Amino acid sequence: MNKLILGRYFPGDSWIHQLDPRSKLLACIYFIFVLFLANNWQTYALLWIFTLVVMYLSGVSFKTYLRGVRPLIWLILFTVFLQVLFTSGGTIYVDWGPITISEFGITNGIYIFCRFVMIVFVSTVVTLTTKPIDLTDGINSLLRPLRALKVPVDEFALMLSISLRFIPNLLDETQKVMDAQAARGTEFGEGSLVKQMKTLVPIFLPLFVSSLNRAEELANAMEVRGYQSGEKRSTFRRLTWQKRDTLCLLFMLALTAGLAFLRADGSILH
Amino acid sequence: MAMEVIFDNVSADYQLGPIRSPLVLHSVDVTIKSGSYTAVVGYTGAGKSSFLKAMNGLLLPKEGQISIGTSVIKPDKNKKALKSIRKRVGMVFQFPESQLFAETVEKDICFGPINFGVPKTEAKEIAKQVLEQVGLQQDILKKSPFSLSGGQKRRVAIAGILAIKPDILVLDEPGAGLDPNGRKEIMDLISSWHRDRGMTTVLVTHDMEDVVTYADRVIVMEKGQVVLHDDVEKVFSNHEQLEKWHLDVPDARRFQLNFEKKTGILLPKVCLTIDDLADAFIEVGLA
Repeated sequence: MNKLILGRYFPGDSWIHQLDPRSKLLACIYFIFVLFLANNWQTYALLWIFTLVVMYLSGVSFKTYLRGVRPLIWLILFTVFLQVLFTSGGTIYVDWGPITISEFGITNGIYIFCRFVMIVFVSTVVTLTTKPIDLTDGINSLLRPLRALKVPVDEFALMLSISLRFIPNLLDETQKVMDAQAARGTEFGEGSLVKQMKTLVPIFLPLFVSSLNRAEELANAMEVRGYQSGEKRSTFRRLTWQKRDTLCLLFMLALTAGLAFLRADGSILH
Repeated sequence: MAMEVIFDNVSADYQLGPIRSPLVLHSVDVTIKSGSYTAVVGYTGAGKSSFLKAMNGLLLPKEGQISIGTSVIKPDKNKKALKSIRKRVGMVFQFPESQLFAETVEKDICFGPINFGVPKTEAKEIAKQVLEQVGLQQDILKKSPFSLSGGQKRRVAIAGILAIKPDILVLDEPGAGLDPNGRKEIMDLISSWHRDRGMTTVLVTHDMEDVVTYADRVIVMEKGQVVLHDDVEKVFSNHEQLEKWHLDVPDARRFQLNFEKKTGILLPKVCLTIDDLADAFIEVGLA
């Protein structure tokens, strides 16, 4: 329960902490796109340098980032495995009918692995250095143009901040219910898979019940204080775009240029 | 069979990955006698709940050991041994109704016994018995626990613990959030099980009236330490200690003190409950 790094905030005042959440989000999304420009070892090396520098700048220890990757490692390895087995081309090392292990397969596997890990690292940088509430404000602000298309952006942002707000409560409550059921003789993480699945029912059911109750209480509390959806409202926290945010985006463009230059066939359009 | 609980120099903390919390229990040395009714009082965050959890193996000691009868909880205790301890120490958490989950009351009450290896038919028999013990009607067995009233849910949840047939009953504010009547009924029920079965009972409470009405021993906790452990009468007749630990005085005792101050008539004994007070008045010929 406590090993979850995703969505946790590490207080600090590094250069990255001080960036506007909007520029961080944009840069992160942009990074995930430009990742796909990389197609040889030079470009991957450049991306790795970028990722490591960003991680260093965030002022959070590398160990923390590694812990963030750990829960996803099986998913990553599985994808890599598929790539290795089902990509053909180059020298073939093993050949079992449709399944081959080839030179291309192995390099592709390594590339996919790097891509995955870098995406996790960079997005972890964003969530570790941005308060959840700032993140929601950032998302709200970035999605604002969609209002013209009648997308309920503010409601969406509110939903997001409410869910983030209640994650700690939910974890607390999970611990309490687990303790209570353990006191009634439930053993967690023991026995067959079916048996383990069965131990989840006495945990999730009380959690569902209390979550629904809490949702109703919250809705009532908001209503008595005059909350109306679709109303125009001002915000308490103002986001300010600073020089360093522009710098950050320029830096991303420079990265793109570097990638385009180092790419195998030299052109961005494949 | 009731049994003794011995805390031998127990320290404990909660571990969050590499981060360790400050000690929640700090060299606790306490012996809770077999068949006693002990009230644990102290401020929020004084370590009362951790103290209870330690008795059940839900919080393992970092140092020291806890003996429950013949079983011992040590820092490196394995899971199998904990299960037998959990069967002996029935734990009623704060707001226990939040642990109800099954589709019928019967299944929920049977959950504990079945986990501890009681056959299904026997568990159902036990469910009927304990339901009666908590003062509920049998027809409730087939109902969904979620359709009951707050007080009924609380009783069903407590019945779920009693069904395990523990030797020691540990309760964390069992009356919290109930109306005064429901509260008194629950407290009276606990008291009667304690008397009839000689069940060792440990109760965490904030209410001094509960302490003086039901308990015979008091443990005062502060900052993870047991600072006082004595008979109820002794604790409440000792002014210095009450002030030192900022303990509330029960209504009857406060009345007695005011009365003695204003009239100059001294009552023959320390009165902690209304009944004591009435007896004392009769004795000095005022009533």
